[in-house]
Amino acid sequence: MLKFPLWKILLILMPCLWGIYSFSPHFFYSQVEKYNDLKKSGLVETQKPLLEPQLWYDWAPSDLVNLGLDLRGGAHVLVEVNLEDVYSERLQNFWPEIRKNLRAIRNEVGSFSQEVSALNDSLIITISKKEGIEKAISFLNKELSSKNNILEILRFEDNKIKVSFNEQEKRKIDNQTMDQSLEIIRRRVDEAGTREPTIQKQGSRRILIQVPGLGSAEELLQLIGRTAKLTFHPVIKNSVSCKKKPGITSIIVENFDDSNNCLELEKKFVVSGSQLTNAQPSFDQNNRPAVSFQFNPVGGRKFGEYTKNNIGNPFAIVLDKQVISAPIIQSYIPGGAGIITGNFSVDESNRLSILLRAGALPAAIQVLEQRTVGPELGADSIKSGKIAAIIAGILVLLFMIASYGLFGLFANVGLIFNIALIFSIMAYFAATLTLPGIAGIVLTIGMAVDANVLIFERIREEIKTNKSLYRAIELGYEKALTSIIDANVTTFIAAVILFSLGSGPIKGFSVTLGIGIMTSVFTAVYLTRLLISIYFGFKKPKILNL
Amino acid sequence: MRLRLLPDNTSINFFGKSKYAIWLSILAVLISFVFYLINGLNYGIDFRGGTMLMIKTSNSSSVSEIRKSLNNLELGDTVVTKISDPTDTLIGNPKQMFLIKIEQQEGNAEVQNKMIIDVKKTLSNNLKEISFLQTESVGSKISGELVQKAILAVCLAVFAVLFYIWIRFEWQFSLGAVIALVHDVLITIGIFSIIGLEFNLSIIAALLTIVGYSLNDTVIVFDRIRENLKKYQSIELLEVLNKSINETLSRTIITSLTTLLALLALFIFGGEVIRGFTFAMIWGVLIGTYSSIFIASSILLKLGVKRDWSSKNSGNPGTNFDE
Repeated sequence: MLKFPLWKILLILMPCLWGIYSFSPHFFYSQVEKYNDLKKSGLVETQKPLLEPQLWYDWAPSDLVNLGLDLRGGAHVLVEVNLEDVYSERLQNFWPEIRKNLRAIRNEVGSFSQEVSALNDSLIITISKKEGIEKAISFLNKELSSKNNILEILRFEDNKIKVSFNEQEKRKIDNQTMDQSLEIIRRRVDEAGTREPTIQKQGSRRILIQVPGLGSAEELLQLIGRTAKLTFHPVIKNSVSCKKKPGITSIIVENFDDSNNCLELEKKFVVSGSQLTNAQPSFDQNNRPAVSFQFNPVGGRKFGEYTKNNIGNPFAIVLDKQVISAPIIQSYIPGGAGIITGNFSVDESNRLSILLRAGALPAAIQVLEQRTVGPELGADSIKSGKIAAIIAGILVLLFMIASYGLFGLFANVGLIFNIALIFSIMAYFAATLTLPGIAGIVLTIGMAVDANVLIFERIREEIKTNKSLYRAIELGYEKALTSIIDANVTTFIAAVILFSLGSGPIKGFSVTLGIGIMTSVFTAVYLTRLLISIYFGFKKPKILNL
Repeated sequence: MRLRLLPDNTSINFFGKSKYAIWLSILAVLISFVFYLINGLNYGIDFRGGTMLMIKTSNSSSVSEIRKSLNNLELGDTVVTKISDPTDTLIGNPKQMFLIKIEQQEGNAEVQNKMIIDVKKTLSNNLKEISFLQTESVGSKISGELVQKAILAVCLAVFAVLFYIWIRFEWQFSLGAVIALVHDVLITIGIFSIIGLEFNLSIIAALLTIVGYSLNDTVIVFDRIRENLKKYQSIELLEVLNKSINETLSRTIITSLTTLLALLALFIFGGEVIRGFTFAMIWGVLIGTYSSIFIASSILLKLGVKRDWSSKNSGNPGTNFDE
């Protein structure tokens, strides 16, 4: 058993060598990272003469473990998209047709009105004659039969009809909404010029945005938190009470500068932000920050016509249900270019122009979680993690040598390879190392030697029963294996559950713990055994001081 | 000369003391429970929702100064604590750090975000040389989910383990291991309630690792018990258990020590962010070692186990892949 065939030796040594090889770039982390960045941007070839001193070598391994935001510093925001916003908005498109049909059977249903349901996901139509409800539903179902495959028209209460999208259509809309939201958030973050943002869909309605480096979650949210829906409405009345009930074709919108002051506007807008082709920060004639914009030809024509016909009337610019300004139209504005003035700071006008360029989000988003780690704390965490890992390593190494002498040294060699392997595997899968992940590695250092302790203790016991040295070692490995497997499988179960259910810190920890368990069994059982076999092959000791 | 923590052949009668151990454990669990009922847990913002800021300032600032400067913002329940990092003190570079916890604000996310911006602005205006190390804000929606997931994770882990040990051993073993585990988890939660240390997501990770670790220990003792049950069929169960624990004692102590060494290094030098986590782990390793020696086996003794292990592969769901 102590003799290894060559193929087995190779099978054990190869992963170890690979581990050391792939671990090596981590000693030059910042250099290699810069090199990788340059390579990704395609600059390595062209800039080669400029890269003095040489950052890294083309032939050398360059996969690195990603550093998590908690180590690198950066902003993390988790948001949820209000998917239902889109349902209610789109259902409104069907209202004219529904209204037309209900009017046709007015004798049976009486008067009727519509409202958006509390969940924002359906239209509720109330009719005055509840006897007519069955008739109304069947009539609508018949008349709108071409929409049967997307709409559901059901009785809601005695005199109420609920119109909503069916599940299939909802899923379709959801997917569109999520894709659009992702795209627009990506555009906004890119426009702001941040480095390597991660923008990911999570679950069915969540988006995770992570931006490494400087900056804070608050700044990020100012950029992505707004819907940025821009519309231009004719003004009906300039100053009304905010509690006033809107008419059928009007809306009450609060003033951006003063939320106690509202304006009554036409519900129907003249043009919207979706018809913008460009928006840039600029200054108005009084040198106050403003945003200048440009419509596309269609929007420009509508805008021009409206201004021509309404000279002298006020015109409201509405952003996310707030009136930013309501200037009086002074003259005909041809060409579709204009300027938005308001009480902006330079920062705000910058941000607003980014938002307008990137487009409006299809639905409002809700912030679930926002986290910022300053770069200083990140650097501190790396430093303390390193110190802790090195001290833990030295303590365990010394302890093992003190307890088991030469065999302890073998176990230590295994431990060192183990750590190299953990990093290499993580780098290979482009996994992310977080601070809890470092804790996982440090814990693995402590627990990895367990397998060796089990084996060595067992060998001690077997030696006591007067077996030959070789036989004792063989039996030690053999008998300890069951315990090692049982013990590690149970810990591994915990790691897998942590990984699948955990989020954030828990996940980072479980990754290194799980990988560490696998690599530690490999190095502790196979590598140390190989080392012992090589030692015995050369020295052929008769007694063992274990 | 080798370092020997224990004499070569120990024969401590663990079960002579097991009665006291069990009563001690029952008492500890009860105390944990009582403290939990009275004190509750000092939940972090992960579980309660709200905002946490970690700041570093010049040496002249104080908790009351920070509290005073935040007073005007009407933030509701706000807690300011000073934290210190022994590593920095050790290398002669003491830093002044504070933790500010602010309760969840009424209103939507924009209100929350504006509050954070306001707090940062106010603090920057009032305190010298301030830098913001970390800001976290968790909404109540996600915090509720996190609690659910955390509880689910702990329960799932316990059940998965129950099942694994049942498959590998016998149901008595499985029950013994799980009671020991629950005991460890409860007492760890208890200590958090008693000393009021923050209970957050990383503590849940620690709890689950404790589950894994304690189990590791227990399984290794059980493994030896199973082996000895086969070997010494005529010896009384109590003797077999005692012998097994004694035989594995050296390993139990050494592994606990190496793990504790690593954890201590992490506790002292690993920085403020993971100190709570390492504390839970250190505590858990101590409790886990204790419970796998005293509790798990005592339960096995109480329940009794099947003594005839000779008829293997007789359709019995145990002991299948070791030979």
